[in-house]
Amino acid sequence: MLYISDDMRILLYHLGNYFILLTKVFARPEKSKAYYRQVIQEVNNIGLNSMGIILIISLFMGSVITLQTAYNTESPFLPKYLIGLGCRDSMILELSSTMLALIMAGKVGSNIASELGTMRITEQIDALESMGINSASYLILPKIVASLFFFPLFTMLSIIIGILGGWLSVAITGVISIPDFNYGLQYGFNPFYVTYTLIKSFIFGFIISSVSSYYGYTVEGGALEVGRASTKAVVYSSINVLLFNVLLTQLLLS
Amino acid sequence: MIRVEHLTKVFEDKLVLDDISCTFDKGKTNLIIGQSGSGKTVFLKAIVGLITPTQGDIYYGDTNFTQLNRIQQKEIRKKIGMLFQGAALFDSATVEENVMFPLHMFTSMSDKEKIERVNFCLERVNVTGANDLFPSEISGGMKKRVGLARAIVLNPEYLFCDEPNSGLDPQTSILIDELIKDITDEFQTTTIVNTHDMNSVMGIGEKIIFIHQGKKAWEGNNKEILSSDNEALNKFVFANQMAQELRKARSGGK
Repeated sequence: MLYISDDMRILLYHLGNYFILLTKVFARPEKSKAYYRQVIQEVNNIGLNSMGIILIISLFMGSVITLQTAYNTESPFLPKYLIGLGCRDSMILELSSTMLALIMAGKVGSNIASELGTMRITEQIDALESMGINSASYLILPKIVASLFFFPLFTMLSIIIGILGGWLSVAITGVISIPDFNYGLQYGFNPFYVTYTLIKSFIFGFIISSVSSYYGYTVEGGALEVGRASTKAVVYSSINVLLFNVLLTQLLLS
Repeated sequence: MIRVEHLTKVFEDKLVLDDISCTFDKGKTNLIIGQSGSGKTVFLKAIVGLITPTQGDIYYGDTNFTQLNRIQQKEIRKKIGMLFQGAALFDSATVEENVMFPLHMFTSMSDKEKIERVNFCLERVNVTGANDLFPSEISGGMKKRVGLARAIVLNPEYLFCDEPNSGLDPQTSILIDELIKDITDEFQTTTIVNTHDMNSVMGIGEKIIFIHQGKKAWEGNNKEILSSDNEALNKFVFANQMAQELRKARSGGK
């Protein structure tokens, strides 16, 4: 007989419930006008409210990666333009999608889980169900839609701001000349890298919003459980982001 | 009228509802009473369809609710209004938006008609001038009244109230009870109130179902309840000092 360990059983239980929840989420909406209003609200909650932190983090990430590359490649055999190239490719390939996704898992993921968890324990979700509304679809679908739209946008914004941060650090510290940095930014550019990072951010947006929603929506108990669900949402969203980062990199860049 | 036949609910290996059969009459306030943990809330939620029964049937009129699929159940749910224990108002919406919510989802009324209907319902539950306040800005009693306004906004045929008096002072409790009774009489709804408040039992209990350890232990009305010889019911009814003294006085001090 096949032996399944308790950990595996729990994993399969959550995986099964997650997919059952997704089937409810993607059921046909009851009234599209009401959903539209919810999407607009989530665009504000998930998108616009995260803009500030993304700008700050990206600016400093670009700046630091430029300075680190500059100070670690002080060799006459290495051309100076590599610093600009390093900044550009680091931001495009990894930092603006994966790092940002991990930060957003903390900010947006915990927010989604605690919001839905609180709605669950205060019977607001039951109230929706008692009216005959598909609560999973009504509450979660707009969050997923807003995330799918905003995560690629965040990534593009982060790339631009990150490179600007690198450029500013070069301009301020004079670690290399600005023409060298600019040349590196333009050297050997592969447009597919942008496509690759946008695909990643799209999928990360889905993972963070859906996994966090799952943990929030299925809370049972009280305030303590909402807190736990919020932590789980961040942890499991982050793990999934890292896992899919490896899978997508192998699939898209090999 | 709502008819429940042989309703049983088991959670994992715990029997919570044990073969309950009863009817709830139209135009009457039907009460489900019992101690905390006796299964009242599970019973009420099973009737509304928020919990799937393990066995048994629930009839709304002649329609077997338990045999319907989700889409068919939705048609019945449109005729249901429910007041939850904590009112379950949507935190992110104002009083007006909360009451208007079912109208948005299920009617094609114009905005003007919706506002008129909302104001009518709010006036009906004696809440005026609070349209723009959020649930966090109003008192517990007011929340219950707004919850009641939301429950009646679609002119429901069936009104469910889960512990409408919990957490309220005696005066406000009486007001809420009177409102429920008046609404039942006025709109001829089939009203089911889940309570352990003896004031409600004596005040509005036109039909009473007593649940004890998951079973229906007694059925009657507020005139019969004080003279019942059901031991579990007597323990429940005469639990406090005042009720015990009243009982002594009724039995000539014995």
